[in-house]
Amino acid sequence: MSTAIETHELSKRYRRVSALTECTVTVPEGRVSALVGPNGAGKTTLLRILAGLASPTGGTAAVLGGAPRQDPAFLAEIGFLAQEIPLYRRFTAEDHIRIGAHMNPRWDASLVRTRLAELRIPLGQRVGTLSGGQRAQVALALTLAKRPRVLLLDEPVAALDPLARRKFLATLTAGVADAGGELTVVLSSHLVTDLERVCDHIILLAGSRVQLSGDIDTLLAEHKVLVGPRKDTAPIERTHKVVQEVATARQSTLLVRLGGPVIDPAYQAEDVTLEELVLAYMGADEASAGKRLTTVGESS
Amino acid sequence: MISFRVEARTGVPPYLQIVQQVRQALRMGVLDVGDQLPTVREVVAAVAVNPNTVLKAYRDLEREGLVEARAGQGTFVRRRPPGPPPGTHSRLGRSLERWVREAREAGLDDESMESLLRITLRAGDAAEAESEEIA
Repeated sequence: MSTAIETHELSKRYRRVSALTECTVTVPEGRVSALVGPNGAGKTTLLRILAGLASPTGGTAAVLGGAPRQDPAFLAEIGFLAQEIPLYRRFTAEDHIRIGAHMNPRWDASLVRTRLAELRIPLGQRVGTLSGGQRAQVALALTLAKRPRVLLLDEPVAALDPLARRKFLATLTAGVADAGGELTVVLSSHLVTDLERVCDHIILLAGSRVQLSGDIDTLLAEHKVLVGPRKDTAPIERTHKVVQEVATARQSTLLVRLGGPVIDPAYQAEDVTLEELVLAYMGADEASAGKRLTTVGESS
Repeated sequence: MISFRVEARTGVPPYLQIVQQVRQALRMGVLDVGDQLPTVREVVAAVAVNPNTVLKAYRDLEREGLVEARAGQGTFVRRRPPGPPPGTHSRLGRSLERWVREAREAGLDDESMESLLRITLRAGDAAEAESEEIA
């Protein structure tokens, strides 16, 4: 399987602030990747670099084998949906379909019309008068009509109610199915339960760095929660990487990345959920500052 | 044609939820040999899951021999999972309904009924194991 997106030690500095620091990630073609992390972690910066809208100050990025750039051949392959939905509010969906036809070589107008008809969104009404969910649907359907090979979505569902969100994600997954494995998606969001259904790959940023990246099923299989008596974790740390430790006076709960089988019978090993994994690695940013141990119920 | 539900909070991976719902539909007779399963496109457009999740579920069912993919046509039911015929389930379901009504009249709530069922199942297992030992 070929690689759709590959970055190597990608960095972006704005004056004295690092927005991205040495990010190395690979997204294979056909995957739907969840881009998660706290606000300000660098998610939008990464998406903008991949879309060719910002240039890195260090490292390299390759999208579909080439560096992202502002040229028509590259942009024809990329769909980018920014946080603030980029539609002309006084124009109708039908107007947008016509504009898109002029600007995109592989434009599939019937795709937009069919999907919007399925959703009963009127084509002839100014998009400014549609609901937020309907506008997001129009923007996504237009982006898919471009038949992009890489689709970059920056928190597209953040402002939508649960039903509108579900419908938006259904349009997205249908688009992925239609593309028959040739569409790669990167989707940033805070809603892990949504990402869990839709994504099979994850990129987790915290503090401008990649904390975790890869195939979700593989990562879930590589991590366990160990629950046991509170004791010296040095033996555990010889084999496994402790991502997060939560301790009470007697008990400690460790989220570890396995380096082999768990031998110590004092620990009970449990499966992790994606949400636990995401929260643990979001906190891992602070861990590098020496605050890994969260102590519950006593003053530290 | 059947439709699927995929819930995040069950702790069961989405692909396995689809596998279980197909098996259940076959046991209950909702799906029969020769019936077509919804296409991947239809499933993802309805329940918003990753297409690979549906493909994985269908591959699992294929490996079990329950369904077969026909090139360019879709996925079809090949046979039912081993077990009693569909009528058995609905018959036993009806007698269980009567029992539940009786239990409710006797003042048992859902939790007590569930624990009673669990205890009975476990007792049954133990009795079976014992009789095997004797034999």
